[in-house]
Amino acid sequence: MTDTETMPDAPADRAPAGAAEDPLEIAGVPFGSRLVMGTGGAPSHGALRDALVASGTEMTTVALRRLDPGAGGSVLDVITDAGIRVLPNTAGCYTATEAVQLARMAREALETSWIKLEVIADDRTLFPDPVELLDAAETLVDDGFTVLPYCGDDPVVAQRLEQIGCAAVMPLGSPIGSGAGIRNPYNLRIILEQAQVPVILDAGVGTASHAAQAMEMGCAAVLCASAITRAKDPTMMARAIAAGVQAGRWAHLAGRIPERLYAEASSPDEGRAPLT
Amino acid sequence: MTVVLNGDAVEIGAGATLADLVRRLGHDPARPGVAAAVDGTVVRRVDWPTTEVADGAVVEVLTAVQGGA
Repeated sequence: MTDTETMPDAPADRAPAGAAEDPLEIAGVPFGSRLVMGTGGAPSHGALRDALVASGTEMTTVALRRLDPGAGGSVLDVITDAGIRVLPNTAGCYTATEAVQLARMAREALETSWIKLEVIADDRTLFPDPVELLDAAETLVDDGFTVLPYCGDDPVVAQRLEQIGCAAVMPLGSPIGSGAGIRNPYNLRIILEQAQVPVILDAGVGTASHAAQAMEMGCAAVLCASAITRAKDPTMMARAIAAGVQAGRWAHLAGRIPERLYAEASSPDEGRAPLT
Repeated sequence: MTVVLNGDAVEIGAGATLADLVRRLGHDPARPGVAAAVDGTVVRRVDWPTTEVADGAVVEVLTAVQGGA
């Protein structure tokens, strides 16, 4: 097909459900996109803006750090100009006390009670510390926050976070920034089977197929930062991962065929000509 | 008077407010996007102009940066 030819419009009843008919809902707020993009790792504010727009994301994370008079431009301007909801995180916190304090400062600075709660155990794995995480989550939920906790792929911790009142659970697929995809799909399946709140795969996505896999398994959304912002072409990777998220979502809704060890012919045996 | 502002010891005049310290960091205290805490307690932006900072106070002023996950 050449560029001048056009595809006939697909009949409306055959078109897959668009994002508009299949919104993600977190704490009663609908989102048309099931990709939450993180802003970490972008080479510049300009590159970040282009990637954010290309990703189609409707919510993006920011960290809170000391105000630096020498810093050029504000990431908030980039995000608000693009019309995207900002989700502050508590990245860099090792204790519940620190995370709660940072969440309260984020609420004051950004005028949102939504918080992506991260309490990490060490700087080598960046794995969440489940004890501190549960403690911080409980305090913040009691304080009226809408808490979205980054957690490990432990189904027990995920369930406890939900019981505390978190608005979603955000298990990792593999370590932050590793790009290693979903290392323990069996645990993720158990988390998905148990959860009554949205499960958002957080951390580990390296490329579009990882995002598609998470969505095929039934995740409500995928959070992705480094895979996009540190790709050679962040804008193109933003598009690729957004497409992976959407493809995986449709595949999940469509209901895949069961996996078999042996073949199952799709052509009828009946009417086969005995050709010689 | 000396206070610790974002980790640095700085000299301030008597009666200096939190709004003055935020302004010193190049941010208009009337604009959103920044939060401040004095000795570990978050102070709401509306209260910055009337919050005098005591000698020896530890003041943290934070803003959003690229980050996360």
